[in-house]
Amino acid sequence: MIIQAMAFYLFATVTVASAVMVISVRNPVHSVLFLILTFFNAAGLFVLLGAEFLAMILVIVYVGAVAVLFLFVVMMLDIDFVELRQGFLNYLPVGGAIGFILVLELILVLGASSVIQVPEGMAASPAPPLGEVTNTEALGRILYTDYVYLFQTAGLVLLVAMIGAIVLTLRAREGVRRQNISDQVARTPALGMELKDVKPGQGL
Amino acid sequence: MAFLDRGARSLFLGEFVSSFILAMKYFFKPKATLNYPYEKGALSPRFRGEHALRRYPNGEERCIACKLCEAICPAQAITIEAGPRQDDGSRRTVRYDIDMTKCIYCGFCQEACPVDAIVEGPNFEFAVETREELFYDKERLLANGDRWEYEISKNIELDAPYR
Amino acid sequence: MVDWASLWTIYGWPLTVMVGQIMLVLMSVLISIAFLLLADRKIWAAVMLRRGPNVVGPFGLLQSFADFGKFILKEIIIPDAANKGVFLLAPVVTVVLAFIAWAVIPFADGWVISDINVGMLYIFAISSLGVYGIIMAGWASNSKYPFLGALRSAAQMVSYEVSIGFVIVTVLLLAGSLNLSDIVRAQKTVWFFIPLFPMFVIFLILALAETNRPPFDLAEAESELVAGYMTEYSSVPYLLLMLGEYLNIVLMCAMATILFLGGWLPPFDVAPFTWVPEVIWFVLKMLLIFFYFAMVKAFVPRYRYDQLMRLGWKVFLPISLAWVVLTAGVLVTFDLAP
Repeated sequence: MIIQAMAFYLFATVTVASAVMVISVRNPVHSVLFLILTFFNAAGLFVLLGAEFLAMILVIVYVGAVAVLFLFVVMMLDIDFVELRQGFLNYLPVGGAIGFILVLELILVLGASSVIQVPEGMAASPAPPLGEVTNTEALGRILYTDYVYLFQTAGLVLLVAMIGAIVLTLRAREGVRRQNISDQVARTPALGMELKDVKPGQGL
Repeated sequence: MAFLDRGARSLFLGEFVSSFILAMKYFFKPKATLNYPYEKGALSPRFRGEHALRRYPNGEERCIACKLCEAICPAQAITIEAGPRQDDGSRRTVRYDIDMTKCIYCGFCQEACPVDAIVEGPNFEFAVETREELFYDKERLLANGDRWEYEISKNIELDAPYR
Repeated sequence: MVDWASLWTIYGWPLTVMVGQIMLVLMSVLISIAFLLLADRKIWAAVMLRRGPNVVGPFGLLQSFADFGKFILKEIIIPDAANKGVFLLAPVVTVVLAFIAWAVIPFADGWVISDINVGMLYIFAISSLGVYGIIMAGWASNSKYPFLGALRSAAQMVSYEVSIGFVIVTVLLLAGSLNLSDIVRAQKTVWFFIPLFPMFVIFLILALAETNRPPFDLAEAESELVAGYMTEYSSVPYLLLMLGEYLNIVLMCAMATILFLGGWLPPFDVAPFTWVPEVIWFVLKMLLIFFYFAMVKAFVPRYRYDQLMRLGWKVFLPISLAWVVLTAGVLVTFDLAP
């Protein structure tokens, strides 16, 4: 238990500290790197909770894919730090208000969940005890039975977003000569050249 | 049919497989290269390698400090200082340095030499670990000459009919 | 009053065993890397009718150790304009990520440091993190070629990870578990490369792309980008980057072995084959895949970048996705799902 507690405090401290660093460091690339560290430690916390599937998915999806693209974009930005600092105070009221509302909501949600007892049968599928079924299986059973429509809807939303992105960026340009690889591969010496028997002194 | 044939070939990675087989054939072929440190290629008598200062058979050094090599050296790698020798007062080099990091191995020095003193020997394996070791002085060059005399004299003899 | 004896039995002894196991795996992997690196160079040389390294030790067997000594003794050069922290962090990240993936690889039945339930996801997660070492190295060098190499590699690895994920999903459908030992045990009757042969071929190709090996080595294309993201590196940091790269290659070999070639299982479950220790079978299969890796380097030309992207998104992704659907369909229709 001591080791678990130690691991928890380690992960939690690093998560919070690096989350603070995300918004406080000046270099945006460092900021993204700290964000990755935050994700990583959050995954560690998931593992401590016994939710190893979620932990791995967090690492694969957020760290392995989303943050890479983040980093990709941020690396190529040309940022003037002086300019970035200038509007800081102007946005403070709005930002502060949003932050305050978020904190309020968090308190409401956490406070309510600790006070209100969830009545029997409200939770769609009670979490099966660990050790009986694996984490992955338990999640799959809930996701593909009780929440299958929501799951499919989420998939559709992502599909629409993807199609939207493609539609917005795709433009069919006229007069562009494209490479047709299968045609090139299919070309044989017989198609490409012709052997002629040239008589001496005559030419073609 | 040709379409089907091509489709099947690309589906089963035909070109990849055939090139793999070809590569495997080459894999087992005898090697084309020399087993270098243990086997060495033949060198022409005209090969221009590491420099050496030669001596006459009686042990007298050949160089007379005419400085022709210093004059002709396109890389200005050679530095000579001349002076009378202590015991007999004959004109000899006091200093004969070659900066091997500057040398371009053109062989002009040995062409210019009237007494065949400075020559480029057949040795090409004189890699060292520090830069300083490549600043050759007279002692080093004479030592080279003593060490490679047999090969150098043979090379000069073999090349003589063509000059 | 602290009971030292019980503290030792609860924490001390298991910790010692675990550290011992980790050191054992680490050392054996490192030493095998040294010889695999040599094997890679020798195979490459043999196809080109060269001899490869043959001076240090008998048949050049100690070449990697000589190289190691050379790298250790060289001066670490950090470019003036480089972002020093990230510049030095990148090789460390690469190597650490490449090492920790070995924690879940079962070398034989029960020979695994941590037999976790989500082993496959763990490996997938770790290998998807491998790209950070490259991006960080490329960005922190503050130089054109490393940066271009990092950008190429980032886009390439993200693209190919999607397809490799689907390939893994097909295997998982047949195995019915994310645990690597269970995946191997599920291949007791038939190794998965037989029912999933197209996926096996695609996995072998994608593994090349994931590890930045030719023909997909655009991140370090020497004819265009000097040495890609490694350009500014020297000495020990370079050694770590190289080591990380080869560790990833060997990890991919291990993954191919576990997913498709039945891990530690002998090819036939009859007497002469079962006498051979399980770990030997595992290593033999890994060597087979490694030989393929080394050979491919010798005879394929490098892809152009747009061809690489086309191949990833328009060829491998649809095929692997279709096979996931097909496999799932067949398993459900004939009620074969485990």
